[in-house]
Amino acid sequence: MTASAVGTAAEPARTAVDDDWAELETAALLGTDRRPLPPPGGTGPAGELADAVDRTDQATALLELAALAAVRRRAGATAGAPPAIPAPAAPDPRPEVSEAAARRLAVLLGGRSAAATTANLAELLPQWLSAARERGYRPPAHLLPSLLDTARTRSELRADTVALAGPLGRWLAGQNPDWRFVTRTAPAGTPAIPAIPAASTEPAGPPATAPLDRPTPDGEQLWHEGLFAERVTHLTRLRRSNPAAGLALLASTWSTERAEDRVLFLDALQDGLSASDESFLEAALSDRSKNVRTTAAELLSTLPGSAFAARMAERARAAVRLTYGSAPGAHLAVTPPAACDAAMQRDGIPVKSPTGRGERAWWFGEIVAGAPLALWAQDTGLTPDQLLTLRAADGEADWTDDLHEAWARAAVRQQDAGWARALLGPAPRPGRPGRTSGAPARLLAVLPPAERAAWTAAFVRAHGLGDAFQLLGACATPWTPPLSTAVVAALERAAASGAYPWSHSGVLGMTERALAPETAPAVEALAADAAPDTAWADTFGRLAETLRFRAAMLAELTG
Amino acid sequence: MAPPNVVAMEERWSTEDILSLAPDPASGKAAGKLSGPSPWSEQGSGQGVLWGLCKGSGSTPYRTAVELGTPAYRCSCPSRKFPCKHALGLLLLWSAGPEAVADDAEPPGWVAEWIDARREAAEQKTARREAGAAEADPAAARRRAERRSARVAAGAGELRLRLADGVRRGLADRPSADGWEEVAARMVDAQAPGLATRVRALAETPQEALLEEYAMLHLLAGAYGRIDTLPAPLAATVRTRVGFTADSAELLAGPTVRDRWHVLGSRDTADDRLTTRRLWLRGAKTGRSAVLLAFGRPGQAPDLALPTGRALEAELAFHPGARPLRAVLGTRYGTPEPAPAEAPAGLSPEEAMAEYGEAVADDPWLDAWPTVLTGVVPVLGPEGWQLTDGRSALRVRRGSVPEAALWRLAAASAGHPVTLFGECGHAGFAPVTAWTESARPIGVTQ
Repeated sequence: MTASAVGTAAEPARTAVDDDWAELETAALLGTDRRPLPPPGGTGPAGELADAVDRTDQATALLELAALAAVRRRAGATAGAPPAIPAPAAPDPRPEVSEAAARRLAVLLGGRSAAATTANLAELLPQWLSAARERGYRPPAHLLPSLLDTARTRSELRADTVALAGPLGRWLAGQNPDWRFVTRTAPAGTPAIPAIPAASTEPAGPPATAPLDRPTPDGEQLWHEGLFAERVTHLTRLRRSNPAAGLALLASTWSTERAEDRVLFLDALQDGLSASDESFLEAALSDRSKNVRTTAAELLSTLPGSAFAARMAERARAAVRLTYGSAPGAHLAVTPPAACDAAMQRDGIPVKSPTGRGERAWWFGEIVAGAPLALWAQDTGLTPDQLLTLRAADGEADWTDDLHEAWARAAVRQQDAGWARALLGPAPRPGRPGRTSGAPARLLAVLPPAERAAWTAAFVRAHGLGDAFQLLGACATPWTPPLSTAVVAALERAAASGAYPWSHSGVLGMTERALAPETAPAVEALAADAAPDTAWADTFGRLAETLRFRAAMLAELTG
Repeated sequence: MAPPNVVAMEERWSTEDILSLAPDPASGKAAGKLSGPSPWSEQGSGQGVLWGLCKGSGSTPYRTAVELGTPAYRCSCPSRKFPCKHALGLLLLWSAGPEAVADDAEPPGWVAEWIDARREAAEQKTARREAGAAEADPAAARRRAERRSARVAAGAGELRLRLADGVRRGLADRPSADGWEEVAARMVDAQAPGLATRVRALAETPQEALLEEYAMLHLLAGAYGRIDTLPAPLAATVRTRVGFTADSAELLAGPTVRDRWHVLGSRDTADDRLTTRRLWLRGAKTGRSAVLLAFGRPGQAPDLALPTGRALEAELAFHPGARPLRAVLGTRYGTPEPAPAEAPAGLSPEEAMAEYGEAVADDPWLDAWPTVLTGVVPVLGPEGWQLTDGRSALRVRRGSVPEAALWRLAAASAGHPVTLFGECGHAGFAPVTAWTESARPIGVTQ
């Protein structure tokens, strides 16, 4: 007997039971005072039972009939018609992380057991994600929704999350609009992930059964019909795998793009930038939009062999000249530009300084920062170190700081390690200030990681942690053991000097993320030695716990 | 008889297992700070017991010990929380592995004394239970029971009249929640808490289900009115549903079922008065389903924790009824051991509905029956989530689990069939545990 279906997909054929129920329901809704009971007259055993109900009191009789019918419906309920089953997620060939690592991820994502640790989980989650991705694992499937929810609110996690989530992540994102960002984020570590979503490599499955499985659009279609974020993501992915194809794709629609989109598309060319992009960028120097022109000029200035670089070199030579004049010997004679002509403006030099600097100093700085650094050694035969010892002047006016500042910008833009090293000067020692007066973090980032760490360690030993935040941020994680030791020693000095831990909260957060595991015993010792129940005891205790947690976490992902 | 606490050295518990024992979140957090090696000394484990000395603020360290089988705790700290943060911290330390707490150590004197004292107390309790089962004054007890029966019968009669009045006026004209609260209070006065709970639920019942609920409640109240004429098992079901409780000790003194019980899943629900944990079991030999209930104060985890996927050899005593399901846990033999790696055997959606139908024929008030479904895919359609094997489908019972849990289930399946344990009833299926190809059980609601 089909009474009612617990499935929902299809309306089952109406039965006598359903009709009886509908009559009872109408009577109950209106009340038996207004609507009389349906007359007896059932058939079969159920009908006989119903006819046996005492009808003296209509309301009581209705409840008894309804109970009979309800039990009959429940006992006879059947499963419903099946819905179409959408195509499953594409297989993910990567091995799943170990059970211990899976439990760790659940803790990091804020599961119940997060309460059991004082470690700084928010700092540790990004490390778990990138370590798991780099080692070629996939996370356990059932934790993906929670991971996607977390990455939805913490966009810095998205690139690793999307790469880790793999085909299952894309499959889930196709069903839940909350996770749409998955299709709009370039996954971290591109080589592991094909540039085009995996659908094109799968065998053709059964025809997609709506509404769950929207076909994954191919690249061309995505470029022409996708949302802006999807298009940028696609262009970035393509530039990483095939820069020429990326440029061709952008050029194909360039003239029809909106100005604000053109700027961001141009930015995407930073990936895989080479001399073959030069003519496109040259053309963009004549763009209607000022922001597009400025961006194109910035990109061209990182191509030292370009015509743009040659024009800038020409201007720089006119502005700075090595002179062996009167005592004290050689110096650099500066002739700042007298005007910002049309050609300079076309090459991205704004007439007015956005920060209100003097016009000639502003134009001078832009020219030197945009010129290839190699020209100085070529023209003067001097090394960067030698050039940096020379005074730069225009008559009585001293231009040395302006020149060094512009060289520093050029070194960062052109990623010139030789110049960056010279501009930073030797590693600082106590009592002797470094060569650069401003924040050297950007120059530091140009150096190879080991050199960066050594320089920063020397800085921390000399100057403590007060000004080290940006420098430490420029160092590769985990920190090298010498750098880690220097930081721990500086923290110990800070604690001993009576400073408050929260005045170092920025550095402490970074330390939790980056300190070398080898340093853990030293931190444990600090935690044990600190006076109990003080802020520093808590700080060191938490740091030690974080390090322990991090070491265990990375060990679980090795093996 | 072998003392229950001498157990084979078992796998160390997971952090989740341990924290599920914490009396409140603050204790869990405090225990976390004690989970590192630094505050501990002389820690060890062996013979099913775990112990250690924990450095506190005073000069003497606290002596902390945990008996793993029950589990039971002892600590010399003054905390009133139970288990205290030291016991939980020690468990967390132990869970890290043998480098943190050594195995097979010899318990020190103070631990051995405690264990002996516990064993003696347990033996005395058993002896008392056996000796004292006879009530002090059977005549007085019978008079009390008769008085209560009469009050419940009066309450049930009044409820029938109230429900009939509602139908006479028409259900479109719904009384306010306060109106139901007043009727519920009358049922509490009549010592029929089961009826009170169902009356309160009427305030929340959607209009389309209201007639069914009225009718089933009317049927229950009526059944109590003529309980003497019902067959004994059905009468027991009616008594339980009206709100009579059975005493666990009395149940355990009666017949028990020994089996190797496979833990199919657990779910915690909380309201403002109580945290309720349901643990579903299935006997490997008898094939019987059972549900154990454990309670905790608000915000506190109940003290019974059996990890899903494990199996335990134990005696269960079932509450009487036409379709016995709820049981109390009696003697356990050993600690939970890993169950077979493969997913439990199950039914198709069609078969599951047929089984529920049979259960309803025994107990008409049964809303759902514990069921394992085999080879179903969770599918999100325009009308919500469904579970299908391609031939038929069950809908997921609305509101039975949070939306996030269903996405968890969908992700675990990745569109492929899974084995799913849950409660199958007329309103749909409420998922609890899933087994995918990797066969590791996944708690859908965690």
